[in-house]
Amino acid sequence: MTYEDGKLKVVGTRPIRPDGVDKVTGRANFGADHSMPGMLWGRILRSPHAHARITGIDVSKAEALPGVKAVVTGADMAESSGSADAGESAINLRDLSRNVLAHDKVLYDGHAIAAIAATSDKIAREALKLIDVGYEVLPHVMDVDEAMKPDAPLLHDDMFTEGIEPTPETSSNIAKKMVIGFGDVDDGFAKADVIIERTLKTAPVHQGYIEPHACVATISEDGQAVVWCSSQGQFVIRDLCSQLLGMEAADVRVIPAEIGGGFGGKTTVYLEPVALMLSQKSSRPVKMTMTRGEVFRATGPTSASSMDVKIGATRDGRITAASAEFRFQAGAFPGSPVGAACMASFAPYDLENVSITGYDVVTNGPKVAAYRAPGAPQGAYAVETVVDELAEALNMDPVDFRALNGAREGTKAPYGATFKVVGNLECLEATKDHPHYKSNLGPDQGRGVASGFWFNIGGQSAATVAINPDGTVSVVEGNPDIGGSRASMAMMAAEVFGVAVEKVRPMIADTASIAHNDVTGGSRVTFATGMAVVQASEDAVEQLKKRAAKMWDVEVEDVVWQDGAAHTATKDAPLTLADIAAQAGRTGGPITGNASINARGAGPAFTTHICDVEVDRETGAVEILRYTAIQDAGKAIHPSFVEGQMQGGVAQGVGWALNEEYIYSTDGNMENPGFLDYRMPVASDLPMIDTVVIEVPNPSHPFGVRGVGEAPIVPPLAAVANAVYDAVGVRMTELPISPPRLLAAIDAYKAAAE
Amino acid sequence: MAKQHVNTTINGDPVEFLCEPDQTVLDVLRDVLGLTGSKEGCGTGDCGACSVIVDGRLSCGCLMLGAEAEGREITTVEGIAEGDKLHPVQQRILEEGALQCAFCTPGFVVAAKALIDQNPDPTETEARYWLAGNLCRCTGYDKIIRAVMNAAADVRGEAA
Repeated sequence: MTYEDGKLKVVGTRPIRPDGVDKVTGRANFGADHSMPGMLWGRILRSPHAHARITGIDVSKAEALPGVKAVVTGADMAESSGSADAGESAINLRDLSRNVLAHDKVLYDGHAIAAIAATSDKIAREALKLIDVGYEVLPHVMDVDEAMKPDAPLLHDDMFTEGIEPTPETSSNIAKKMVIGFGDVDDGFAKADVIIERTLKTAPVHQGYIEPHACVATISEDGQAVVWCSSQGQFVIRDLCSQLLGMEAADVRVIPAEIGGGFGGKTTVYLEPVALMLSQKSSRPVKMTMTRGEVFRATGPTSASSMDVKIGATRDGRITAASAEFRFQAGAFPGSPVGAACMASFAPYDLENVSITGYDVVTNGPKVAAYRAPGAPQGAYAVETVVDELAEALNMDPVDFRALNGAREGTKAPYGATFKVVGNLECLEATKDHPHYKSNLGPDQGRGVASGFWFNIGGQSAATVAINPDGTVSVVEGNPDIGGSRASMAMMAAEVFGVAVEKVRPMIADTASIAHNDVTGGSRVTFATGMAVVQASEDAVEQLKKRAAKMWDVEVEDVVWQDGAAHTATKDAPLTLADIAAQAGRTGGPITGNASINARGAGPAFTTHICDVEVDRETGAVEILRYTAIQDAGKAIHPSFVEGQMQGGVAQGVGWALNEEYIYSTDGNMENPGFLDYRMPVASDLPMIDTVVIEVPNPSHPFGVRGVGEAPIVPPLAAVANAVYDAVGVRMTELPISPPRLLAAIDAYKAAAE
Repeated sequence: MAKQHVNTTINGDPVEFLCEPDQTVLDVLRDVLGLTGSKEGCGTGDCGACSVIVDGRLSCGCLMLGAEAEGREITTVEGIAEGDKLHPVQQRILEEGALQCAFCTPGFVVAAKALIDQNPDPTETEARYWLAGNLCRCTGYDKIIRAVMNAAADVRGEAA
């Protein structure tokens, strides 16, 4: 079927989401809201050291405490090897096993060591204090540049840098080196009239989902297990648990709870395998939740970065060459998003010569997890800051400079792909035309713009639809709904069937009730799972047409589906969905539609942001005065939730730019593991966030969807920093631009000027 | 120490419970009474996901002991709608799409109701500062603030 934009009845409207009422009344069940009869409470003992060898763990006193039913340590875990496909990236199971429970060394403050299940949470907490752990404290390293030095404390004796030929003979903290690009950058820089080269740094920041990790797990004596938990993908939880614990996938049923935010951070396991181990040992269901402190110390965050960016251009504004080195801190185990940073950061530009080098570097912090457009915000901060400075040096409007050099259809991206239909220039044009961009600024106020790019992905999705006897439709899919995707799924199905959206009820099934679905991540759900829902609905429509043909005794080729009913030329009255559904038992049984796909053709997202700030020169505080986000969504299925993604990404990016950072003591302990000291934006920190949704349809999706979730966090870091520069003339090359740091920079600037 | 015996009123109903001396109102609501609409995001009064109204005052359930509920009237998110009629704050949050993951939503519903009860005509700035104790990581607050302003207008009987 083809869908013409002007004729859509449901797609593009703003119905109330089907799961909405449960979520405003407190009925919705999140990870910690499920309980079971006979349930125990599990708690985890965590390392107080940033780096230490475990010389011994004595759990005997803890085990002896009345009410304690099970204690587990890393020694209880089977040795894991190989890797698991987590949808967006592969997960190294040996590392994951050691992250879930340390085996021989603790590698960061908060690293899990042992776990206890007891009859009450209070007893479990008491018992933790009775576990005796011997440590040989080792020197630690937190900073990525320090960690790369030859004399840095080594996290893993057996780590030899990948990506260097021949492989180095001495181990180091550099897990991997990668180089991408094309053309001849030396030649390109030689042709440049102006070259800007800068080094920039960002701090580790957490995804900051408000819901701490939580689960309930139960395992029967025959080895069959059920896990209730909130995650970005019940299938990845099942697969990681079963592989870590040597179980068969069919024996682990994961039931997805509502998820209280993830942003990439809930695409792996922390508590779930431990809860299963405790349940196995105790023969009781076990509930585990993290405190906020545990969430900060032991989950997420995303990489700190240290980045060198160099861009050259001719006097008439054409970029001749671009190069960068990105050094990303991975935390305790390899796997920073430096690869995506290399691939995404220059993607908004049409370049002839580009060379990008990336280093994935381990440090004594929690193993980083995906965070919304992983790697791209850091890289864009560096690139877009240099682009801003280059435009200024050339005396060009920064939007004009970006448009002149902007990626477009046919542009070869640094990572090798050639762009098909993309909306980069459309975003820049809308930026230039926006009243915000033309408005005036007052004293100590400044304006910054920045562009951003994210690939978006497709991947594996399965969906089924069932036609109920009364003509209503049940849609079953397998992706946890973090931002309103149930609404989008119901709307797309309603559009296909030609019925009101309220006649379609979506549900998110557990791992035993539908085939595999990749995680809710990569901005893929509305695109890929949406495509599966559309195809499953179309499959059901074909069944409905066959049944109508049977009821009429005509050929199915003579039946058309329109406005929720079957029509044929020889009959005046159509057969509605409800008419056909009511007769399903007589025409061949229940009517269903199915689709299992590996969706290809995800459409890249481009975006440009405009940010106005006012700087308080006395305190160094930065106020966001006005913010406009412009993004190509391809097609907005439910515009409110598209706008919401854009607004939320902006808020997270503003927090990253201005306040958020992991602060470590000299001992390597996180000093701000709480929302009071890890300062995320609150309502009074932000203005309304204006959005402009550009729709350059993705030809690979039936409605033109590209995916919107990640791109909006890419530009804000640079947009804010560029605005601060415009306000006070100071280039902030280190994030966050916290008041003390900005004040010091303003003072240094003043001193230099005097 | 022995458990505490507490008589209180929750969402208009008399409630009697036993709790540990160190259990919070939030612990009692969630783990003793099964009212899991109030959420724990931090346990330190920084996120507002456990917002409840105690004797007319907006409070964090995680910062108040269960024993302190004795003789008080507590309203939780489960008690904001009247029968099958949603409170204007709930209705407007749905209409604006002012929820994404919705983990913070119960806290915002309770806090916004408390705001409008006290000040049915808040400015946007007043609403932003009142709700500054409620963290949302998904929405950037834009649609939440719009929903609360529209709900206040509904309560005043004005067309928003």
